[in-house]
Amino acid sequence: MEAYIYDAVRTVRGKGNRKGALMGVTPTELAKQVLVALKERNSGLDTSKVEDVILGCVAQVKDQGVNIAKSAAQESGYGDHLCGVTLNRFCGSGLEAINQAGAYVRAGFSQLLVAGGVESMSRVPMGSDGGGFLMDPVQAIPGKMVPQGISADLIASKYGFSRNDVDLFGYESQMRAAKAEAAKLFTSRIAVKDINGLDILTTDETIRPSTTLEGLNNLRPAFEMMGSMAGYDAVAIDKYPEIERINHVHHAGNSSAIVDGASAALIGNKAIGELLGLKPRFRIRAAAVEGTDPTIMLVGPAPASRKALKQAGMNVGDIDLFEVNEAFAAVPMHFMEQMGVDHSIVNVNGGAIALGHPLGSTGCMLTGTLMDELERRNLNTGLITLCIGGGMGIATIIERV
Amino acid sequence: MQNIKNDLFEFSVDGDGIGLLVINQVNNPTNLFSSSFIDAYLTVASEAVADENVKGVIVTSGRSMFMPGADLRELRTMGSDPKGQFEGMMRMHARFRGIETGGTPFVAAINGTAMGGGLELCLACHHRIVLNNHRIKLGFPEAKVGLLPGGGGTVKAPYLMGLQTSLMYLLQGLEARPQKALKDGLVDDTAETPEELLAKAKAWINNNPEPQQPWDNKKHRMPGGGLWSPKGLQTMMGAVGNLTKISHGNYPAQNLILKVIHDGIQMPIDRALEVEARYFIKLVGSKEAKNMIRTGFMGMQAAKKGKARPKDQPKYEIKKLGILGAGMMGAGIAYVSAKAGMEVVLKDVTKEGAERGKSYSNKILDKAISRKRSTPAKAKALLDRIQTTASPADLEGCDLVIEAVFEDPKLKDIVTKETEAVLAADKIYASNTSTIPISLLAGFSARPANFIGIHFFSPVDKMPLVEIIVGEKTEAKAIAAAVDYTVAIGKVPIVVNDSRGFFTSRCFGTFTSEGMFLLEEGVPAAMIENVAKTQGMPVGPLAVTDEVTLTLGLHVYESDPTPNKPAAQTRAYKLGKDLVENHGRKGKKWGAGFYDYPEGGKKKLWKELNSKYNSKVETLDKETVAKRIMHRQALESFRCLEEGVLNTVIDGDIGSVLGWGFPIYTGGALSYIDFVGIKQFVADCDDFKARFGDRWDVSDALRALAEAGKSIHQFGK
Repeated sequence: MEAYIYDAVRTVRGKGNRKGALMGVTPTELAKQVLVALKERNSGLDTSKVEDVILGCVAQVKDQGVNIAKSAAQESGYGDHLCGVTLNRFCGSGLEAINQAGAYVRAGFSQLLVAGGVESMSRVPMGSDGGGFLMDPVQAIPGKMVPQGISADLIASKYGFSRNDVDLFGYESQMRAAKAEAAKLFTSRIAVKDINGLDILTTDETIRPSTTLEGLNNLRPAFEMMGSMAGYDAVAIDKYPEIERINHVHHAGNSSAIVDGASAALIGNKAIGELLGLKPRFRIRAAAVEGTDPTIMLVGPAPASRKALKQAGMNVGDIDLFEVNEAFAAVPMHFMEQMGVDHSIVNVNGGAIALGHPLGSTGCMLTGTLMDELERRNLNTGLITLCIGGGMGIATIIERV
Repeated sequence: MQNIKNDLFEFSVDGDGIGLLVINQVNNPTNLFSSSFIDAYLTVASEAVADENVKGVIVTSGRSMFMPGADLRELRTMGSDPKGQFEGMMRMHARFRGIETGGTPFVAAINGTAMGGGLELCLACHHRIVLNNHRIKLGFPEAKVGLLPGGGGTVKAPYLMGLQTSLMYLLQGLEARPQKALKDGLVDDTAETPEELLAKAKAWINNNPEPQQPWDNKKHRMPGGGLWSPKGLQTMMGAVGNLTKISHGNYPAQNLILKVIHDGIQMPIDRALEVEARYFIKLVGSKEAKNMIRTGFMGMQAAKKGKARPKDQPKYEIKKLGILGAGMMGAGIAYVSAKAGMEVVLKDVTKEGAERGKSYSNKILDKAISRKRSTPAKAKALLDRIQTTASPADLEGCDLVIEAVFEDPKLKDIVTKETEAVLAADKIYASNTSTIPISLLAGFSARPANFIGIHFFSPVDKMPLVEIIVGEKTEAKAIAAAVDYTVAIGKVPIVVNDSRGFFTSRCFGTFTSEGMFLLEEGVPAAMIENVAKTQGMPVGPLAVTDEVTLTLGLHVYESDPTPNKPAAQTRAYKLGKDLVENHGRKGKKWGAGFYDYPEGGKKKLWKELNSKYNSKVETLDKETVAKRIMHRQALESFRCLEEGVLNTVIDGDIGSVLGWGFPIYTGGALSYIDFVGIKQFVADCDDFKARFGDRWDVSDALRALAEAGKSIHQFGK
């Protein structure tokens, strides 16, 4: 049985801090608004047929605690029958939700599901959920665990990406996003509204068309102190002794922006589409995850993508467009180098450096962005991949129907 | 309650109902935290809690120290029965907790140094007052011997001092004087006199009839916040990162101290004590703790007391010491000797040269005064004990003369004869040579029986080891004199027999040469350096070669007349010679060795190295690199043992740890073989011999030990 993506929608992304436009909106409300939008965009959607909402969400405490997917389901107006499950595969959560929904459908367990993700990083900051990776000494010390920024700088040091290389990448992300915004290419994006129906935010808040390469060159490396004062450069070098010193190249201008946002996709089998008169847009061709060394942590996209390609019986050349999450500039750069893929078909409308990376939601957002762009260009296949904390990668291949 | 007097303590209750427990372990050199003491203490303390007529108890010491730690002899038998030990510890904790929650105030009147278990005993009291005497130290030294404070100290310290401060005490073994302990919250009060100490303790008991420990008080807030507070998160992450930076994860005690804190402060104290006990037991049974106790504690203590001196020799008094050569070594020897109260004659070719040497002591003392570690009066007295001269005649009346002139046999010949002309026939002459065989130098002497090597390490005032080298004709009296001298200056002697490079230089040389071989074979320089550090070497082999200079290695090789030198030596020589002669890379002193030393900047590996040697990450895996660096030193140390250069295993262990920084968690360069596993070690060397050459040859003796499944400590037994 095949799993189809009927539609995908996302909110605009607001800055994930106290100045961010969406701070006043609960993550449940964000998730609710994308569920409502899915219903509104698909007039045939009989919500009583939707069985479950699978949402990725990383920091599942406070506003995001107690199974936020069910909270959103209840708020959505789809009906009491609607279930909700929240999952956490760190930055891969939003894509994991799509893959799991696809797996349910393919297995015949479910006919129609919503999969997506949500993260309000302004209200529930990164790291709010604690955990043992960096904090539990018996895990962190032998594991040579380091904060992600150190991993990103380690990738740059190991693979020889200079400060200017990563800054250029960051600059390009901003330029592409600005261009896409100006051309109104983000067609599956919704504004977030308040209780009165007033717009709170109508565009992605972190796109900066005024970005210059020189400006980026002048930013201070963000993880230098962490590396020297907290000892984490030495930890990374313990694992990669061939590196004399960590070259700290990443900063706010070439790393993903911290934002709030939610996204949702409608996933089902062929029969339910026919029953409801919905037209499938894409089929989920393959999906895979792969683990890597936890210290360098963020190099998972390439091996996960290879695994997905193998599963699909495809070559990297068969993919028309890629979305590789720009957690840090070094991540897509490493991916492109490893896979032999040109930047001209990767993140064509910019990425998380410009648009932001709402952790639990991003994977689903990238999927929606890629679907819109493949259709616009009249192309067929796309691959979405993200690096994941703890040393993982996730990849999904979609194909137009 | 009745008064009690036994060989552990005295207990009495005064007319006001206040009990006084004076710890006085008459059969021990000092008060020690031992199972027998704790059992007796808990029994009387529980009785006091149960007795309505006892209003409170003051715990103090009848000795000069309150209690400087645990009885480590007891620990050696622990670890064999983890279950029984765990149950025993939990019974102990339950009894301590009974006292803490029993409603009778206990006050620790700390009138002397309280460390480790002794300090934990104080933490099990409700209030701590310390005598404000600068000689008194408080702290947790457990991590230094591979353990964690297992008497409640690990989980209690953060309640008193907060996470960050307690980490300095627990991880680094910080020893606090009374004022600092008060500031940090480790103690509650200080007293100026013993009388005031008891009076304050009594007053506190009278004012606090219902005491509560902070860990039992629901309103108590951990200073600086709990684990998941912003500060707590930052502190724990910083501790994890920096601990790895310093120890590379090689010291389980530090790792598990952090673990116990991490877990312990998130739960009620009784459960936290259980966690602490489980990890304590794990550490007691660890190889690392056993190694650190054997080499770092027992071994060094015995060596410092002069264990190596021939038993039948009378103590050799050194009132007047002569030093030949006022260079860096001579100047340092002058300082440490004058500091120990000896009259020092510092001789150089010119009086000015000797004065320059003496000024080294000035510099150290000025620094000490600025840090309040010395006073101008003390400094002057020390300097007055150093007489500078250019005349050999001034050496008359010396009990010991130490020669520290250039490593030139001809020069050494001249000064030996010059000195012996004025030195009394029954006095001792020593050479501080680090490279020339003592028996060869003794050939210049008219009295080779009194001729010995006393090898200091640089900088002399900081390095604790002294390697005493016995020449072919050196007699027992000279050995005793050298050991007595070393003990008198507070350093750790090891006595070895003559050989090129003796023990320390010879084995240290294998560390540096193996680093060079790896480089030559195409392992990236950074990888060699960093892998050595991950194993616990304080500095990489290439950096340390830069420090001692590449030219030294060439000089040592060229001045060694031995025909058919080992291939490894010749190989290292050729590599060094190429770098020195063809590339001008002589070492750090010249700003260019394996590293570049930019002025005002950090050293950086010479960027030509990797292309010169065609380096590739794939050349060797890092495990093999690590083994080659470490095994090689151990294998050479074993050869020294087998050839009789070393007399005992512990000498090799101590010499390697203190001499060139071999990591203590392994126990030292010989115990390292056991640490790896002797069979594994031999198998690795066999493999390396096939792949990398004959320097990896395993002797029959080592192979026999391995095949018999014996420990390195059973060699020759």
